Amino acid sequence: MIQLIAAVAEAPSNTSAPWLVEQVWIIPLLAALSFPLTLAFGKRLPGKGQEIGLALVGTALVLSIALGASWAGRGHIELEEHSAEAIHATYTGTAAGDGESKATEEHGAETTGKGAEGHGAETAGKGAEGHEAETTGEAGHEAEPVHVRPYYESEQTWYQNGPIHIGFGFHVDGFAVVMLFTVCFISFLVHLYSTEYLRGDRRQTHYFAALGLFTAGMLLMVSASTTIQVILGWEIMGLCSFMLIGHWWEESKNSNAALKAFFTTRTGDIGLLVGMCILFFGAGQTFNIAKINQAAIDGNIQRTLLVCAAAALFVACIGKSAQFPLHTWLPDAMAGPTPASALIHAATMVVAGVYMVARLYPVFFEAFRISDNFQFAVIGGVNPIAIIGAITLLIAGGLAFVQTDIKKVLAYSTVSQLGYMVMGLGVGAWTGAIFHLFTHAFFKALLFMGAGSISHGVFHSFELEDYGGLRKYMPKTFVTFMVGTGALMAVPPLAGFWSKDEILLGAGKNGYGLFLVASALGATLTCGYMTRVVYKTFFGEYSGPHTPEAIEHAEHAEHEAHGHDDHASVPAGMAAVAHGAHQAERGPHDDEPAAEHVGRSSPGHGAGAPLGGYPHESPWNITVPLIVLAVMSVVTGVINAPGLLAFTHFTAIEPIVAAGVPEPHFDIVIAVWSTVVGLAGAGVAYLWFFKEIRFGLDGITSRNKAARAGYLFLVNKYYLDELYENVFIKGIKGPIAAGAYWFNQNVIDGVVNGAGWTAKTFGNLVYDRIDQTAVDGTVNGVGAGARGLGRGLKGLATGRVQQYAALLIGGAAAGALVLYLVTLGS
Amino acid sequence: MLLNEFLILGAVIFGIGIYGVLARRNGVLVLMSIELILNAVNINLVAFGAFHHDIAGQVFALFTVAVAAAEVGVGLAIVLLIYRNKRSIDLTEVAEMKG
Repeated sequence: MIQLIAAVAEAPSNTSAPWLVEQVWIIPLLAALSFPLTLAFGKRLPGKGQEIGLALVGTALVLSIALGASWAGRGHIELEEHSAEAIHATYTGTAAGDGESKATEEHGAETTGKGAEGHGAETAGKGAEGHEAETTGEAGHEAEPVHVRPYYESEQTWYQNGPIHIGFGFHVDGFAVVMLFTVCFISFLVHLYSTEYLRGDRRQTHYFAALGLFTAGMLLMVSASTTIQVILGWEIMGLCSFMLIGHWWEESKNSNAALKAFFTTRTGDIGLLVGMCILFFGAGQTFNIAKINQAAIDGNIQRTLLVCAAAALFVACIGKSAQFPLHTWLPDAMAGPTPASALIHAATMVVAGVYMVARLYPVFFEAFRISDNFQFAVIGGVNPIAIIGAITLLIAGGLAFVQTDIKKVLAYSTVSQLGYMVMGLGVGAWTGAIFHLFTHAFFKALLFMGAGSISHGVFHSFELEDYGGLRKYMPKTFVTFMVGTGALMAVPPLAGFWSKDEILLGAGKNGYGLFLVASALGATLTCGYMTRVVYKTFFGEYSGPHTPEAIEHAEHAEHEAHGHDDHASVPAGMAAVAHGAHQAERGPHDDEPAAEHVGRSSPGHGAGAPLGGYPHESPWNITVPLIVLAVMSVVTGVINAPGLLAFTHFTAIEPIVAAGVPEPHFDIVIAVWSTVVGLAGAGVAYLWFFKEIRFGLDGITSRNKAARAGYLFLVNKYYLDELYENVFIKGIKGPIAAGAYWFNQNVIDGVVNGAGWTAKTFGNLVYDRIDQTAVDGTVNGVGAGARGLGRGLKGLATGRVQQYAALLIGGAAAGALVLYLVTLGS
Repeated sequence: MLLNEFLILGAVIFGIGIYGVLARRNGVLVLMSIELILNAVNINLVAFGAFHHDIAGQVFALFTVAVAAAEVGVGLAIVLLIYRNKRSIDLTEVAEMKG
């Protein structure tokens, strides 16, 4: 019995939704089917079950694209046919609020008061017939209606007991459609990528099964109509994350990382349960998200309950989305296979927290009074969400500088970007936050898969020191990785530029000055560490395991390597120039599970001549996802360029509009300013990390002059490179050259070195003091406390059943006594 | 109707049952004491049901009887297994759950 709950009670469109919108449950179901089918039949199939996952998730992807198309179609019909009074009133009210804020921009500092006033009027007048006239009159603007597609919701009764009704259903709106598409898209590419990356893995079947279940969990969560389903999907993802991080559990490091991730997110999950329970009672015994949002907007939830619920739910977001101080699990979670990291720890699961906050945004918006915040004179508004987000993005940005493992740099970068999203939600930039979520999914998945491709070609090492000069060997990976880096660094017109800009815009326009500065600083850090990674990976000289010892090592390990004879599948064009001749002789990748972490000692590349140890480009099923994601990293940003705003219109959903979340307009000043500040970071890092090349070359000329000037002393002091010293040491002096040289060495280098040193010290400091001491100390302390408590309680467990019974009865008697005394008192 | 007499009877039986559960070492006797506890509750249920002219009390008592039968079935099976393994049904000898 499908019970249709009217979207807005007045929207009759619910009955006339496109077929796919009504049957959206098919998409999560397809992914969910992958789990039992892969487990049941996977081992018997030639591809060990990857066919099932690919086919089902591929179908889900096609359906989600079709869903997007039909959703886009729905809107146009809606707006023309149903300019019904009720909808119109709702939207006009909000649009009036929007106009209001526009007006106040002109008027200057009164934003808070007026915004609050308009908002109050709106809530009070909701449902009243005179509402429309009232707000419009107050706004004094011709209120342009906000174009929103009414959502579609199908909900079945799952369980009913008296007044408590637990539903199970699907909620389709623009936001859900976008999320469904993103998850299916990334998941499909990850499946494809994994067919190569995990080829021959001993638990390949289980891996693909977990991948399918994970995808199903996320899809279920993003299309959920009740908070119960959100919790369900959330926990499924937690479980799958555990399975995938600990995929190679033979190494205790990996299983420890899996446990750490599971327990850390679990800490936050307590908040999720508590928050959802509070909301259930606060919103009048309903689990329905739309009703909860409506209650929050209407002010029907008691204020204390609302704040408690928002705080508890935000704790869940901190755990799942790796916010400070629970961010420590995410870098460790890199122990899992790289495609799983791309899917889970970059693109989807970690954004579950952000998604949850965005989905229940009216609750947070009202609880923390995001629109009419308490304003400090200089720094602007503050609220917990924005503060946590800002701290996270800065701390993680600093930490990314000192990591030596490419995946960990990307992991900290993910933490930092999640900080952006959370901060965006905190400052009221709802669209900006979810737009960043959307674009970040593509470019971060691209970067992770790029890192996987690099390690795949460099003997399963993730250490940056094993890389260098790889652009020659892995051109496709290089180009796509650069696109991803550009998108992350917010280089216009790549994706990250548009989305990050919207968050900055929100911070700037909503009166959150401090957070505008913080996010600009974060952008600088982002550019800095990504420049470092790119330099260490793709530029300079290859320093990986083609050294004689390593080759010997590889030869030693040769007989252990198991061969595949499908090497023809590697297109010859991808082969690196340097070792084309050895391509045929070279053994294929060793996909032995431990290989990824044992690193260079185990790959089976020793078959050819010593040159066979050179890195190489990855085969098509790795490079194709990279190229597709690179294209997406370019186009996803442009869709929301000013004037187009396709994403904003597509995801405009009713609760957000009704809650009066501001939708600021593009501001060229903020855009240019933030880009310049960010790219300044890249510039400094460029000078710093590329210095060995740059300043080495400069050094030749200046040393020439210096040598001519005979400035022996300075040369000796500043140059460690003995060859250069010996060549130019007996030169001619030239005061100008010497001065220029001195300036070059002392002032410019000093500034550059200083900047680099500061960043590094800051990162180290944060890592040592905060991460290792405070955060880890707390975590360890909690663990030690639990252990001590367990030891203490162990004495109680004598194994004598009757003693247990005595304790039980004693406790019950004490409880009865208390109850008696209490009732006696009243 | 005199409710108190029934409640006192129930309380006494309940007390005897508790004593038996805690103090007896024979597994079968412990099970029997549990039956006493359950029946004490049954008396209360029926008494309150009659007092309030509500059939629910008797219905609940019926449920309890059924549950008690099932419970004692499981319990006796456990005792039987303990006996097979230990050649004794002395509960003090069964301390496998020691932490």
